[in-house]
Amino acid sequence: MTESMLKITNLHAEVEGKPILRGIDLEIAGGEVHAIMGPNGSGKSTLSYVLAGRDGYAVTEGSVTFKGRDLLALEPEERAGEGLFLAFQYPVEIPGVPNTTFLREAVNAVREHRGEPRYDALKFMKFLREKLKELGMSDEFLKRAVNVGFSGGEKKRNEVLQMACLQPSLAVLDETDSGLDIDALKAVSDGVNALRGPERAFLLITHYQRLLGYIVPDRVHVLSRGRIVESGGPELAERLEVEGYAAFAETEAA
Amino acid sequence: MRDLPVLSGLLDQGPLALPGGTLPWLSRRRAEAAERFRAHGLPNRRLEAWKYTDLPRALKDREYLPAQRQEPVSLDAVPALIAEAPLARLVFVDGLYRAELSATAGLPEGVRLLSLAQALEREPALLEGRLGALTEGDGGDDPQQSLLALNAALLDDGLVLLVEPGVVVPGRIELVQLGGLSERPVFHCPRHLVVLGAGARATLVERIQGLGPTGSLANAVTEIDLGAGASLVHLRLQEAGAEAVELATTRGSLAADARYEGFSLTLGAALSRHELLFALVGEGAHIALNGAYLLRGTQHGDTTTRIEHRVPNTSASETYKGALDDAARAVFQGMILVERDAQKTDGRMLNKTLLLSDKAEIDSKPELEIYADDVQCAHGATAGEIDADALFYLRSRGLDGRQARALLIEAFLAEAIETLSDEALHVPLLARVRAWLQVASEKQQGASGGEAGR
Repeated sequence: MTESMLKITNLHAEVEGKPILRGIDLEIAGGEVHAIMGPNGSGKSTLSYVLAGRDGYAVTEGSVTFKGRDLLALEPEERAGEGLFLAFQYPVEIPGVPNTTFLREAVNAVREHRGEPRYDALKFMKFLREKLKELGMSDEFLKRAVNVGFSGGEKKRNEVLQMACLQPSLAVLDETDSGLDIDALKAVSDGVNALRGPERAFLLITHYQRLLGYIVPDRVHVLSRGRIVESGGPELAERLEVEGYAAFAETEAA
Repeated sequence: MRDLPVLSGLLDQGPLALPGGTLPWLSRRRAEAAERFRAHGLPNRRLEAWKYTDLPRALKDREYLPAQRQEPVSLDAVPALIAEAPLARLVFVDGLYRAELSATAGLPEGVRLLSLAQALEREPALLEGRLGALTEGDGGDDPQQSLLALNAALLDDGLVLLVEPGVVVPGRIELVQLGGLSERPVFHCPRHLVVLGAGARATLVERIQGLGPTGSLANAVTEIDLGAGASLVHLRLQEAGAEAVELATTRGSLAADARYEGFSLTLGAALSRHELLFALVGEGAHIALNGAYLLRGTQHGDTTTRIEHRVPNTSASETYKGALDDAARAVFQGMILVERDAQKTDGRMLNKTLLLSDKAEIDSKPELEIYADDVQCAHGATAGEIDADALFYLRSRGLDGRQARALLIEAFLAEAIETLSDEALHVPLLARVRAWLQVASEKQQGASGGEAGR
């Protein structure tokens, strides 16, 4: 195993005083793709928000190191600057902010964090067009306000575009497959696969196995009631599909 | 007079000291209006329309000198709003018309642009029957409208723009009112009159700008009469000084197929009130009444509007948006009235306010009063903090809290500004929004030392 990119140790977190994560241990190395699967209410989205630093998610125990730094001590924007990216389950609509402006501000903010010079408007457009080309996307919805009036598929593709622009070290995809038809799922998966590489790790959070048919993970973890109760290779996802989550919940209770 | 000794003094000095003092019709009106204002006094909070704006309190212990009695201050140049020069402009400094700063040459035939005092002295026939035509007997017996009476009694100067039928004014006309430079606070009652004949078109850019620290009091009245098919674009940019009190009443009438597009950006003054009443009196008339307000400190900004649909097939859209910081307070009172005959009216009104501080306050009162049965009307109001989801989304993409907040507020207000059809004017308005946000975020950073923990 290469050097650890993300190391989660005994992570406990609560929302509004209610414990949700109850001792998660997980280690992801650079270049690896991990999937976390679990039923509703198992803590999947909480884990993604805790990693991204959302308000209202209180870590009560444990630690998370990201590229050797204490991730939990960083502001959300610092985490982004350090190379953490969260693809949202429900990307937020921001009326009045053109998508291009949003992408430019985000890219420049992250570049500044990394000590790189800001792109001027012209350079940025060149950069953006390259990314669009790589992902096979049209520049049509760049002009629209961020996610406003986007279909479910367009919103998720916009997340992939942001990911491509920000070039993160670790991308957390929170139920990116939810609400997508097969074509959109395939387009999003192709986008993610295009970004796979030895320097980039992925954490796929999903309820269903079907996404993992398009993005094949190195490791699969089963989350139940705030804990990882089983880990294995891609075949674990297939077992889950057959046996359901109930079998694993029992393991957890033992 | 119980409210304000200085106003009493002004009312008593007699009409001869004011422009047009030799005109019997005007003198009579002034005297009658003065009488009414004496009877009513300043509008106070016991009156429904003034429930949220305490004018007597704002003027308590303040002293003002009549604008006409001050020495003109020296001023060499007027700050430009955009690079492109206006077609013509009238400039007033602390209420006094300044011909040497104004420019009225180059207007096409059929367009008259002159100061009200000039018109009263030289061509009173231009004004007789027109001045006060839209102010319902200078406010009549309605104590809520006593500022109209005060203005009618003391109107001193202003802009007169008369456009003949069919004439298209090929550029912007600026009305520039610079203030705050006088040694002592002045009181003035500008009266503006805009009359567009059938099919005429014009763009009026009204700027109220505080250049110095002196806090003056203005009580302006604007009358806008649009003939059939006439079209007026009217930007009002109010950036009066921090101590100023800016009162303005606008009365407008739209004949058949006339269009009025108004946008107000309210940034300045310790206390401001902009009251607008438009009557749609001809079928096919359309009004777009939009605006934005950005207030901080202890500023108080009141926007009170009333749109009257009096005949069938008229339409109105109204959106006012604002951001309030510190202990600033805004008032939005919007009324859409649809009279019995006004079938097929389409009226929409929206007021949205961002509260950037716990102490900021918005009193929003959108109202519909509908007597016709076949209409489409909608109104809404929202007030709240910046959307936490959007803020987190932006921060998760690397923008710090300050940048994210500024981007969201700017976007919120830009939506209002971009309703203005004269796109060249977006630039200076957005620049003012950015400058305002810059101050807000610097202050926030200074106060908290950056973002609070997660």
